[in-house]
Amino acid sequence: MRERKRISRGKILALMALFALVAGAIVPFVGMRTIGLQSILCPNNGSPDSFIFWNIRIPRLLASSLAGAALAISGMAFQAMFRNPLATPFTLGVASGASLGAAIYVRLGLSFSLLGVSGLSFSAFLGALLSIALVYGLTQIRRNFTAATMLLAGVAMSFLFSSLILFIQYMSGFVHSFRILRWLMGSLENVGYQSVLEMLPFVVGGGLMILFLSQELNLLLTGEEIAHSRGVEVRWVKQGLFFATSLMVGGVVAICGPIGFVGMMIPHICRLMIGADHRWLAPATLLFGAAFLAICDTISRTLIAPVEIPVGVITALLGGPFFLWLLLRRESEKSLL
Amino acid sequence: MTDPIIRICDYSFCLGGKAILQHISLTLERGEYLSIIGPNGAGKTTLLKCLDGIYQKGSGAIEIKGRPLEGYSRRDLAKLVSYVPQADGGSFPFTVKEFVLMGRYPYLSPFSSVRRQDKEAVFSALDLTGTAELGDRYLDTLSGGERQKVFISAALAQGAEIILLDEPTAFLDPKHEEAIYRILGRVNRDSDATVISVTHDINHAVLVSRRILALKGGRVVFCGPSGDVIQQGVLQEIYEKSFQFLRHPETGRPFVVPELIL
Repeated sequence: MRERKRISRGKILALMALFALVAGAIVPFVGMRTIGLQSILCPNNGSPDSFIFWNIRIPRLLASSLAGAALAISGMAFQAMFRNPLATPFTLGVASGASLGAAIYVRLGLSFSLLGVSGLSFSAFLGALLSIALVYGLTQIRRNFTAATMLLAGVAMSFLFSSLILFIQYMSGFVHSFRILRWLMGSLENVGYQSVLEMLPFVVGGGLMILFLSQELNLLLTGEEIAHSRGVEVRWVKQGLFFATSLMVGGVVAICGPIGFVGMMIPHICRLMIGADHRWLAPATLLFGAAFLAICDTISRTLIAPVEIPVGVITALLGGPFFLWLLLRRESEKSLL
Repeated sequence: MTDPIIRICDYSFCLGGKAILQHISLTLERGEYLSIIGPNGAGKTTLLKCLDGIYQKGSGAIEIKGRPLEGYSRRDLAKLVSYVPQADGGSFPFTVKEFVLMGRYPYLSPFSSVRRQDKEAVFSALDLTGTAELGDRYLDTLSGGERQKVFISAALAQGAEIILLDEPTAFLDPKHEEAIYRILGRVNRDSDATVISVTHDINHAVLVSRRILALKGGRVVFCGPSGDVIQQGVLQEIYEKSFQFLRHPETGRPFVVPELIL
């Protein structure tokens, strides 16, 4: 029996917010060049420290936080929708769909923008939306598709897209190929304020949609039939969630590349800390995902500085063992999701 | 003359190109207790799901309180009809109170806080099923019988007048089985709820329900007073096997006795 009522969820959430704030306040000072407090107060005095702080580290903090929050909450939504701990933007092929969209954009040498959104983000979003529509469409052909089957379809789709990306990369010239490769490794190396602004509408839009659907996520987690019976418009809610997650995954992948592990791990970690009620879990996942990726990114750029390790390597290195530890200290087998 | 609470008119339903329900017609008055029996794959569960609008686009008509099912929004329908599915072995990482409170979904708007009447509905539902002391336990830690009671509580908290149950006593020990039937009887009598329950337990179906509907191959093969089902001819037609009967020592009513296997 689990009795986890000692600390209220409000307090846990407040602690997580505090953690995210403290992480956000410390991270930009850490790096190959440690920055003192006095140099940031006058941003325009031309000192290199001030420049690094305001024009490199702050946008990087913002970008990594946005990406972490978006990937984490997308994973949370997928896990609830499919009632499966392995459902993530990656296992469902959404991330590779987004990657494929972006790769095609780069390969074709396109350059356009739509309503202020760059073509790259837009292509990644379309790729994400298309892949989720494909996976979802498969489930509509035969109504008795189980979540497990859908996951398998997603994995198959993911492999298909990945090989298409490799194909595109192989057929590209050196410049394009290198650009695609660098970006596929998942990195926050070259983000500036432009990238942050690029991601912002995607992440905020999708994130708000998911926060708004917290109650519905709770009910979907008890099973679609129960959700139906309780009055949830399951079809619309699922389509809304697909749209929101495609927005976020597309927006993030276009800028940072596919950063793995965040979408699977962070929701689980948060669920073990604050429980499965999405009215608490969703904001917790946003906060913790943001802080987690910001910290991982800091580690990735400082560990063997001046060389940067792709942030995806760090997320997996940190997250994997932590996740295993959480699995082992769990008391009940079934409480994973 | 008021409208019947449920009217099913020549309803047929296909799933994956296969006809699951064929020309079902049935009328239920408010406060009835109907048991649906029939062999596996007869379409019993499908009928429940169609009644709750989980499956849609069948031919024919289903009316709830004189209004076609399609005319209801999901939320409005949820205030009238509640479905207790078969335990699917899935994980429910919620406490009993959290889960039962989710039954109040049709009355809540996003971000709205829980009102007093919602809490009251939860407590009275837990009271009615005798699960109040389980309130802070996690669903995953409950026994099958306790879990079933909580599922019924959630359906009650939903405030529905029609409760659909899919094999509510499957996998339960005799004590919990009896407890579930008592709860359903109480709900049916005291709150005048209409209960439709799918079951394989013919004896209990006869005991607790006024009427029995038997499905076979998606068609109605029997529909009538529950006592009338306990006849060799009727049961043999439904299940394609013969049955033996004994009279209850107290009431003298016939019941099915288990077949000698060896």
